[in-house]
Amino acid sequence: MKCQKCDRAATFHITDLVDGQASEVHLCEQCAQAFLTPTPEEAEEVMPAMAGLLAQHLAVDETADELARLDQRACPVCGITFLQFRKQGRLGCPHDYVFFEKELEPLLLNIHDQTQHIGKNPKRCPRGADQQTQLIRLRREMKEAVSEENYERASELRDQIREIEASVRPSPEP
Amino acid sequence: MNLDELAQTTGEWLRGSGPESDIVVSSRVRLARNLADFPFISRTTEADRAAIEKILHGRLQEMQDSGRAPADLIYVDVGDLPELDRQFLVERQLISREHAESEGARAVAIDRAEQFSVMINEEDHLRIQVMHSGLDLQSALEQASTIDDMIEEQVTYAFSDRLGYLTACPTNVGTGLRVSVMLHLPALVITRQIEKVFKSLQKINLAVRGLYGEGSQATGDFYQISNQLTLGETEQELAKKVADVVPVLIEYERQARSFLVRESHETLHDRVSRAFGILRTAQTITSEETMHLLSSVRMGINLGLIGNDLKITTINKLLIHTQPAHLQKLAGMELDQTDRNVERAAYLRQHLDPDTKSGDPANN
Repeated sequence: MKCQKCDRAATFHITDLVDGQASEVHLCEQCAQAFLTPTPEEAEEVMPAMAGLLAQHLAVDETADELARLDQRACPVCGITFLQFRKQGRLGCPHDYVFFEKELEPLLLNIHDQTQHIGKNPKRCPRGADQQTQLIRLRREMKEAVSEENYERASELRDQIREIEASVRPSPEP
Repeated sequence: MNLDELAQTTGEWLRGSGPESDIVVSSRVRLARNLADFPFISRTTEADRAAIEKILHGRLQEMQDSGRAPADLIYVDVGDLPELDRQFLVERQLISREHAESEGARAVAIDRAEQFSVMINEEDHLRIQVMHSGLDLQSALEQASTIDDMIEEQVTYAFSDRLGYLTACPTNVGTGLRVSVMLHLPALVITRQIEKVFKSLQKINLAVRGLYGEGSQATGDFYQISNQLTLGETEQELAKKVADVVPVLIEYERQARSFLVRESHETLHDRVSRAFGILRTAQTITSEETMHLLSSVRMGINLGLIGNDLKITTINKLLIHTQPAHLQKLAGMELDQTDRNVERAAYLRQHLDPDTKSGDPANN
């Protein structure tokens, strides 16, 4: 079977749902990828409930200017901006819970009615969780250094990463 | 590894034959966990995802090597899987739709009995899922927690004293726990009371979803009831809240069934018999219509409206085996929609036909 959009062989057979009507779409891998990748508009629709909830909360306390400034704040560890979080409804790294603490507080209260965990704790005491957060940042910086062809910096960062990785690795089971 | 073997069976969650199994289908528990030294999935690079997959796969392998995880654990590279097999795992509830459709390195480990699956690189780095037949949240929770402890011995989870286990979505933070019970509630649907029930559940912070989870339509009158909050209560409290509401829902459904039997016996009997008749004679049938009709027959068996020895477990098997990917796996070939509908009708006739079954069809 040929792809419906080009001349390659159709290897993807997708059931598309439009307004409750199912139809079959037959595409090659490349066209299927384009077909299945959400448009920016669709991607924004992913978590409308959460975005709405956030907007509602933020609007109460913040003026438009403050909101715009807030949206531009970026986590120093993973680089996600608050705007990106608001759009996708997913955080970028564990440090976001610290960095956006003030912004997340009303949201957490609204969802859970609580802001203190009282359930299970990890058995093993997480040694140097701060260092592990640093690993996220260092790996990102190394990738940036490589893309800027700053190989000297990249190799420095790689050494730092290896050092931390070795120190935080749990000891083998007794 | 061969998924075809799994296709022959119904899996744990549809095994049910215990008390109330005509209403309570299965119990499910899932824990969301993330490694402390990687970004959450949306900010990971392809290399990050490959590294996470390697670490967690390695951890599961160690657990198997030391005899603490089943030796015959099936480890599946989901990214490498053909579309049909991914769909098959979704139908079986061993992976989520999101997991099937996302990109990059991702995997799932499944135990042969299908009581648990561990998804790697879903919305969170790690999703531990335990499924038990019938109402059995407590032991499902214990099993999930044991697997969690074992994995955690050699990896460091993202955790804060204040917010608990840190997750990509703030709706899962804290315990990272979702407990859910799947119920079959056809009489509440017919008597139009289901919306009322949902509203009351929402008031006590319980969520209602369809058969295939978030955003899916409630197909065949199957509903999943689960906790909405994950923070500020213990795992046991969260599980209890869901478990406590189940007997109430069973009672409502039983009352609605009695009402239907009492007040509109002919209509109900007609509905069930027609459903049974179509399923046994149709030459082409969609998955939606099949689910809809099987739901009626499933209730009819419980109310004694189907006169032969048809069992609820047979209906459970048909429910899963007539799903699009299962049907194709069982047929041993890919089929387009038209051919699937013909194949599905043939499969149903073969399993429900009076000539191949003992006993008399319903006519009393």
